[in-house]
Amino acid sequence: MTAIEVAAPRLAWRIAEVREIIDETPRVRTLVLDVPGWPGHRPGQHIDVRLTGEDGYAAQRSYSIASAPEAPMVAITVERIATGEVSPYLASEVVPGDRFELRGPIGGYFVWSVASGGPLMLVAGGSGIAPLMAMLRHRAAVGASMPARLIYSSRSHEDIIYRDELARLAAAGDGLDVVHVLTRARPADWTGESRRIDAEMLARLSFPPSQRPFVYICGPTSLVESAARTLVTLGHDRRLIRTERFGPTGP
Amino acid sequence: MNEPPISRGFRARQRPPGTRDRVPPGQHLVSDFPVLSAGPTPEADLASWRFGLDDGASPFAEWTWAEFNALPQTEITVDIHCVTTWSKLDTRWRGVTIDDLLAAAGLSEAPDAFVMAHCEGGYTTNMPVADLVDGKAMVATHFDDEPLDPEHGGPARLLVPHLYFWKSAKWIRRLQFIPEDQPGFWEENGYHMYGDPWREQRYDGD
Repeated sequence: MTAIEVAAPRLAWRIAEVREIIDETPRVRTLVLDVPGWPGHRPGQHIDVRLTGEDGYAAQRSYSIASAPEAPMVAITVERIATGEVSPYLASEVVPGDRFELRGPIGGYFVWSVASGGPLMLVAGGSGIAPLMAMLRHRAAVGASMPARLIYSSRSHEDIIYRDELARLAAAGDGLDVVHVLTRARPADWTGESRRIDAEMLARLSFPPSQRPFVYICGPTSLVESAARTLVTLGHDRRLIRTERFGPTGP
Repeated sequence: MNEPPISRGFRARQRPPGTRDRVPPGQHLVSDFPVLSAGPTPEADLASWRFGLDDGASPFAEWTWAEFNALPQTEITVDIHCVTTWSKLDTRWRGVTIDDLLAAAGLSEAPDAFVMAHCEGGYTTNMPVADLVDGKAMVATHFDDEPLDPEHGGPARLLVPHLYFWKSAKWIRRLQFIPEDQPGFWEENGYHMYGDPWREQRYDGD
């Protein structure tokens, strides 16, 4: 026997074709992608997208996968960022039938599946919901019922991404609660949480530290920093808290 | 190799002049300083803070916060490149070079060929010693003349600017010299063992 030395295969660039575009909010849309040869993924992982222009200029960015591993196609959810380079193109220009390169799945830490166990505690801000949605969709797709709670901060009711689907998931009676937090504008009849996620809210809404929930936090840096720090202060084991952030320049 | 599909109407944003040859392939410039970490930002207690060099068994040297700040200070201005595709030019740091740390520990050269960096919170990352010495790297305590913010790795982070920025481990507490290269945290999770941005070594196999 010779020593086993297997070089990892390079994560290949694949061609994705846009099959469907879903307008989620005025500034956010989901691209549903057909990716021949897609090897599958775990909820929470991301892909790198590479766009090549007519002059040969290429740019790449990372996007969380929003679809469950059980879904037939890979979905990413893109927020239009005015100063961005790739996101405005994906969020405004792309039409069904367009093709571009991607590779993945990437990342082995910010991942959760039902095999990981529960309770599952998710904190999202804005388009940070995307990788957490992959977890909730996966949980529903396999019929799991461990306790799960999503605390989701949006600027306004119109800015809630996946609003109808989250309502359906929460109404299924399988142990999922969804708590919406609106930070800027509220509907006149809004009775829910209406300020930034803070310590009082997390103390009241999170599973107690004694239940040792798996915590995933994704959103803008300020939200992630503050929520993670607060949960540690409330007694949650920092090793159970996993974070993913994006700043204004991230996507 | 197959030609990539062309995205009609997709074009580059304008770049500051003179920066093209400073941006590695697949990277884009940012002017702010994004934060990326896998977990909560640790609270630093400077009274109990220690930084050390060891081989996994015996320590070669260990410094308190006061002792560390009394070591020779070096200021450098460098470009940094994050694997998530942002690059930031001309970032200004101050800290203690690995060369000066080795000298202060009484070591004429590093005891092994590789290093595992260990951080508060359990984060680790690996690299060859050759990438840390000869002025290539430091343990940085200041950014833009200000004490390093906790979310950017304060009180002290490793700074290895010629590799992707996950190698510049935040909240550094010790450098362990090891005879053979071993994967650290992200390297165990699909990222490249070395991470040269100019060769676009983002993920395992790149």
